[in-house]
Amino acid sequence: MLLDIKNLHVSINGKEILKAFNLTVNKGEVHAIMGPNGTGKSTLAAAITGREGYEITQGEIWFNGELINDMSPDERANKGIFLSFQYPVEIPGVSMTNFMRTALNAKREFNNQPPVSATDFLKKMEEMKNLVEIHSKLTNRSVNEGFSGGEKKKNEIFQMAMLEPTMAILDETDSGLDIDALKVVAKGVNALRADDNGFVVITHYQRLLDFIVPDFVHVMYDGSIVKSGGKELALELEANGYEWIKEAVAEK
Amino acid sequence: MKETNSSVLESAILKKFSSLTLDHADDSDYMTQIRRQAFEAFKSGGLPRRTEEKWKNSKFDQVLENQMEFLTEKPEYNSEVSEIFHCSIHGFTTQVEAFLNGWYYTPNKNPLKVHDNGLIIGSIRAAQHQYPELFNLHFGKIAQHNQHGFSVVNKGLFQDGLFIYVPDGVFVEESIQLIKMVNAAKKLMINTRNLVILGKNSRLSLMHCDDSVNHQSSLINTVSEIFVGENATLDLYKLQNINDVTCLINSTSVWQSRNSRVKVNVITLNGGTIRNELNVDLQGEGAEADLNGIYLMDKKQQVDNQVFVNHAVPHCNSSELFKGILDEESTAIFNGYIHVNKDAQKTNAFQRNNNILMTPDAKVDTMPFLEIYADDVKCSHGATIGQLDNEAMFYLRQRGINEKDARLLLMYAFAAEVTDKIDITPLRVNIEDMVKKRLRGELSICEKCVLHCSTPDIPLEFEIDLSKI
Repeated sequence: MLLDIKNLHVSINGKEILKAFNLTVNKGEVHAIMGPNGTGKSTLAAAITGREGYEITQGEIWFNGELINDMSPDERANKGIFLSFQYPVEIPGVSMTNFMRTALNAKREFNNQPPVSATDFLKKMEEMKNLVEIHSKLTNRSVNEGFSGGEKKKNEIFQMAMLEPTMAILDETDSGLDIDALKVVAKGVNALRADDNGFVVITHYQRLLDFIVPDFVHVMYDGSIVKSGGKELALELEANGYEWIKEAVAEK
Repeated sequence: MKETNSSVLESAILKKFSSLTLDHADDSDYMTQIRRQAFEAFKSGGLPRRTEEKWKNSKFDQVLENQMEFLTEKPEYNSEVSEIFHCSIHGFTTQVEAFLNGWYYTPNKNPLKVHDNGLIIGSIRAAQHQYPELFNLHFGKIAQHNQHGFSVVNKGLFQDGLFIYVPDGVFVEESIQLIKMVNAAKKLMINTRNLVILGKNSRLSLMHCDDSVNHQSSLINTVSEIFVGENATLDLYKLQNINDVTCLINSTSVWQSRNSRVKVNVITLNGGTIRNELNVDLQGEGAEADLNGIYLMDKKQQVDNQVFVNHAVPHCNSSELFKGILDEESTAIFNGYIHVNKDAQKTNAFQRNNNILMTPDAKVDTMPFLEIYADDVKCSHGATIGQLDNEAMFYLRQRGINEKDARLLLMYAFAAEVTDKIDITPLRVNIEDMVKKRLRGELSICEKCVLHCSTPDIPLEFEIDLSKI
């Protein structure tokens, strides 16, 4: 078991957003989480990655057999959890190269490995840039500064490729992408899929799931998963919308 | 100023003034007259108090009750500058002009050197006699704006200072590095005065380094007057890394002629109480001034940047960017004043001051101020005070970078906007490195030079017997 979330309750400013949320992700699996706006999908991503202000009031998050409820965001990251941000942050003055090298070396240090050599680092940068079809020079560019919407999302996948996480959460990576950029992003994700890692793909639309084919689809509503199924569930949602789910929940 | 209300320092200054003729017997008649005028001005004005607008948040009033001494006579220096001072920046050499306790450091040398290309460098005391036409034309004429009690004292009591004359058309290849070191067993008030004259079409890069090598509290009061001739280019770096108890007033006034270009970078890394004054007078059409500053303070330090730009004539550009990071209980003041004259049409004047407060106890007073009398101008100003961006912090930490390093990266990035403007690459790399060290808390007061950031192998020692001075 890679990720095991048990009975998770998360509050922001005293307001409960996640309610008795359960999810298990095994190695080699891709899980899609769908659902209408405001049901707690991004809160889930924040809780798994340890973002400040998201208080776990009840429940457990287990990652690779370790309880991570109280771990700092950087420790979780170094243990292999990666979040592709819905809104990647612009950081003027921090160059992409410096940022990636610092991040990569932080992880290596965490794993008692020596820092990456300049040659190996640049080689890897080049390789991963090609994977997500980033053609511009990143060396002198600040993190996400002046990047177009598509470039920002490609940059998230680029970082994921550089850091090789075992658990990647993609938070609405498809939002704001045209079809070509979407294909590129999906291609990058598919190339990184392996037997020893897992993905949680948060999305509103079926569209992304045509390219990143999930093993499981879950529907979230009002802070917990209300329906789970295979990839065909996504098609059903695309055809019928979320109303029937809401009605089913209301009946219960 | 009434004698009865005089502070300890003011009384000491008055006493010092009363022996003017004795202390400065070698002055030219012109200089003697200036010193006497300053004496009269001081008698009525005294030193500034917090009740004055431009000093209201300043901690300078703390020096008023300090018992300070003056070094009236020039001590003998026996060793070469290279023996006591060594500045090593890879790929960057400078011509070093050193001052120790306010006196020009020239063992066995003529106090004024004349180079083959006509460049003159040396002691201002010698220059008043040897080059009276140049000296009398500019001395006291450039530092006109925002004068106060300390400037008056400087004019009347300056011990020594650097004189530079760059003749028309001369490009000074090597940067001139002015090192001001303080090392004394007593509390000193040091008054130095520099005069720099750039002829037409000339070029000069000048680094003004304020440094302390001991842990005594001194009061360093420096005034620099810089005349920039037509189409001349000046690069000025002011670097400050002094001890936590020293008070420094570094007042620089620049006069810019037609089509001249001036770039100033003020880099304040450490210091007890620092007041940086920068007065730029754009007096010739097409003149450009690019004024930048970065200050990184902590403990109970204070830095005060007073920047005044006078757009006297049309078609001039000025831009100001001052940024600071304030940690612990440190304070910063930024007072940016842009004055655009009625005739100064087509002026472009921009000003920005950004601050990051690292603790709830750090404090910034920022006062951007525009006074515009012309109607066809582009002017803007802005000031911000904030904390590090939480969104950016989380983004960095989500990538595995720990909290401390994430903070450092963001602070460093904040400072880089200013340090990026340093054109001399080896110098920029070195200063960026110092900023990193400063932010990591690894930068100590360098024993040799503000730029020498590696730990010196041999501690610097001065062999000066102050009891004989």
